Amino acid sequence: MEKFLIANTLSYPILSMIMIIPVIGALITLFLKNDTVLKAWGLIVTVATMVISFTLYTAFDASTAKYQFVELRTWFPSVNLDYVVGVDGISVLLVLLTTFIMPLCILCSWNYIKVRMKEFIFVTLLMEAAMIGVFVSLNTVLFYIFWEGMLVPMYLLIAVWGGARRDYASIKFFLYTFVGSIFLLVAVIALYVTTGTFFIPALMEHSYSMNYQLLVFLAFALSFAIKMPVYPLHTWLPAAHVEAPTAGSVILASILLKMGGYGFLRFCLPLAPNATMVCIPYMIAIAVVSIIIGGYLALGQSDIKKLIAYSSVAHMGFVTLGIFLLSSTGIKGAMLQMINHGITTGALFICVGIIYERTHSREIKDNSALGMEMPIYVTFLAIFSLSSFGFPGTNSFVSEFMVLIAAFAKYPLVGGAAIIGAIMAAAYMLRLLQKMIWADSDGHAHHAGHGDDAHGGGHGEEHGAEHHLFDLNLREIGTLGFLMFFVFWVGFNPKPLLNMMDSSVNHLLQQVETGVQKGSLDKVGQVVRVKAESR
Amino acid sequence: MQITQLLPEIALSIMVLVLFATSLGKFKAGTLNLIALALSAIALFAAVAGCGEQGLLFFDTYRVDLLSQIFKIITTLGLFLVISSSSGLRGITENLKAEYYMFLAIGAFGLVSLASSVELLTILMSLEISAFSLYIIIPFRNPDHYRDHLEAAIKYFLFGTIATGLMLFGMSYLFGVTGTTYLAGMAKVLPKLLHTEPLAVVGMILLFCGFFYKLALFPLHFLAPDVYTGAANETTSFIATVPKATAIAVLVRLAHTAGVEVGQLTWVMAVFAVGSMTLGNLSALVQQDLKRLLAYSSIAHAGYVMLGVLSANELGLASVIYYMGGYLLMNLSCFYVIYQLAPSGENLTFEDLKGLYKRSPLLAFVLATGAFGMTGIPPTIGFTGKLLVFTAAIQKGFYALVILGVINAAISAFYYLKLVRASYSQEDEPGENVVLSFPVKILGVFFIAAIILTGVLPQSFIALAKEAVAGML
Repeated sequence: MEKFLIANTLSYPILSMIMIIPVIGALITLFLKNDTVLKAWGLIVTVATMVISFTLYTAFDASTAKYQFVELRTWFPSVNLDYVVGVDGISVLLVLLTTFIMPLCILCSWNYIKVRMKEFIFVTLLMEAAMIGVFVSLNTVLFYIFWEGMLVPMYLLIAVWGGARRDYASIKFFLYTFVGSIFLLVAVIALYVTTGTFFIPALMEHSYSMNYQLLVFLAFALSFAIKMPVYPLHTWLPAAHVEAPTAGSVILASILLKMGGYGFLRFCLPLAPNATMVCIPYMIAIAVVSIIIGGYLALGQSDIKKLIAYSSVAHMGFVTLGIFLLSSTGIKGAMLQMINHGITTGALFICVGIIYERTHSREIKDNSALGMEMPIYVTFLAIFSLSSFGFPGTNSFVSEFMVLIAAFAKYPLVGGAAIIGAIMAAAYMLRLLQKMIWADSDGHAHHAGHGDDAHGGGHGEEHGAEHHLFDLNLREIGTLGFLMFFVFWVGFNPKPLLNMMDSSVNHLLQQVETGVQKGSLDKVGQVVRVKAESR
Repeated sequence: MQITQLLPEIALSIMVLVLFATSLGKFKAGTLNLIALALSAIALFAAVAGCGEQGLLFFDTYRVDLLSQIFKIITTLGLFLVISSSSGLRGITENLKAEYYMFLAIGAFGLVSLASSVELLTILMSLEISAFSLYIIIPFRNPDHYRDHLEAAIKYFLFGTIATGLMLFGMSYLFGVTGTTYLAGMAKVLPKLLHTEPLAVVGMILLFCGFFYKLALFPLHFLAPDVYTGAANETTSFIATVPKATAIAVLVRLAHTAGVEVGQLTWVMAVFAVGSMTLGNLSALVQQDLKRLLAYSSIAHAGYVMLGVLSANELGLASVIYYMGGYLLMNLSCFYVIYQLAPSGENLTFEDLKGLYKRSPLLAFVLATGAFGMTGIPPTIGFTGKLLVFTAAIQKGFYALVILGVINAAISAFYYLKLVRASYSQEDEPGENVVLSFPVKILGVFFIAAIILTGVLPQSFIALAKEAVAGML
């Protein structure tokens, strides 16, 4: 065991704590009554979790690929199942993303949620615990428990506090994800029965036959592909994103989508290396299709939230592409893209939520020419939109650039196709910006002072008098400012984050390579199996 | 023979006698309820106190071991939960309430002795004691709202006696083939005979049929939906949960007798299991009446449980015990909600669930926990039970069965989710709030806590179940 893990050296069990604190906070919520007290309590609990998890960033040892802050407790000895949690370079940033986004979710729901505040805070806090649990579990059953356990709070978030078609969207989300993960359960059990352990690093040590690897890969990949989502399996995403409340959309976009990418890196690649090599052409093809078709679909949207939802499909296509290029730059770019997408798209959904609170419409035509009345808001909107399509200086530029470098290094054609997708991202985001910030309500650009325009100068005054929208208040500025800080910090200084990922990514690539070599030895008929050392 | 070995039986006998005395007089409904509740609590304590006993009584036909004591605890717990969650017996005609409690107690007594029976005639006797008392209480329903209860009673009675007839026929074959009616004696010869003598296989299947009927397993499931809908809510909550648990106890013993090797018997049980799962899940998708939906869902769960029984290894049989305990809790929690929502004991549909989370958040949450538990969503006991049953089946190599089971679990998600959807939907005119008395609220919290905690901390239960399976026969 010691060769995989570094036990927790802090004086307190940090990973269990950041999971337990939201749960205890949620249970205490059941006894509170006043709405403001509930919101404040939710904020306190999420901020406390965020502050405690900051130690993960400072105390993380970037030089080793072993799992850190590990806690190991016996749980279910009859089937060799222990409670074991830990983080490595792949998961630590995702845990930090989760804990940093959650306070923002509570903040952006301050005025948005009007009914059942108690249940909302309860469900959100339980959701946080489950999401952190997915990233830190080192045991396939524990991973599955948190993976499935997330479904119920998310379903309730959409079904109770969502928009007009929330019934349809919540059911679609639940059933789609549930059916995907049910085959994951079979794969988990099958792995246990063949190896006798549920412990992930030990599972990675074994080598399996090609057919077995293919089945395991497909079972895991189905679930993660639905979560990512990749092109043909993405149809739950627009419905869920559009109908969810702002906090729900932020959680979905920033964190839930990343679990697909995390799953590929944690399970599919190291457990089934030969199957991965076989499936690479298909996965890269699906990734490129996602990027391009996601872009096309976004170009045609008139609902802002749906546009951002389809842009998420395209961005996660970059993540899939980066992962399956199997190079250090590619995988690091993919992982950084996950973090960046979480920050940027989370911020964009918060922006949409802000404007929805004011105009009660998500259509572009109802939310146009905001530049005149909400200058602070459009500044934030513009910066996050620039970041969304990878403008240099913002965070997404670094990650997309790394993925593109890796793509061009191996398959230039793929790189070319991905570039088209990146250009389309610029197209739809700039179109959105133009319509929302500068265009008039009938869709034309605002010509100040051109009275002899065919459409008349009277439009300007009429438009200005109708809406009277209030600009951002301090809470909203704080939320968006916090995210904008990260946009620029990662954009100009991605080194600390990339360093944290380095060892684990190299270790992962090493695992895949040794696995492939073992597999090819099998085929030649020489030394058949290297028995892994048992724990 | 020591008295401690028969503690649960004695407690239940006292309960029957006291309730018989009350039925001779005129008691208020509230007093009756308290008496029945107190006596069933005493029976539960007696079962827990007698948990560690071991012994062979009554000419070796009655075996007190860990397996039987666990199921006695499950049975008395089920009886206690049924009586406490159906406080006031709204669905039963006023002048029959005393007799109702008495027959429930007799039924529980029969089931408790069934868990300990290790000889064919004792099994028959215990089964008949429990079956006849249940036949009688099916029609005990307030006739103002329904006439279906008489039809349900006739169906249950006729089908039950046919199933018992099949079982007797099977028993006669087994006696002829093995020369003994003791399960211990049969265990020595049956594993080999099942591979060589077709008569043994037929006898075993027919013997199982008596219990498949109690379990509502395909192809003996036909009357379950009609009976569950026609009987009163309280009766359905009892017959949907407690006899199934005890039927599993006997099936575990019989599976152990039949041996662990895959043979003809396994194939038959596999077909029945798959038929059950598929038919139960697909039929439940279109149901509107809640009790009918729960009836079909119980058919599906019988299928999942059979997966564990037919992979008759140690983990399989232990996980089956755990699964049935969990199923009892989850199903009783759903019936608890149904009972609280039906002020005059009528049948409920999805319409009656609308806006439940506004009318009573606790009931909505209990229903959600029970429904999600039966789907198999972590961290409930339903998930852990399914995980263990599927692991046991894969250990025996039944990949196809597990994949079918898993697909069926995905199908079942839809109709369990319908329950949650209906209760959490936004309703403009939700109706008046449901007022729950304090003990009822405590019961609701108990259901939620039990379903989640037993799922998250299964070690002690599974260890106990494994020990029980190891010490059987």
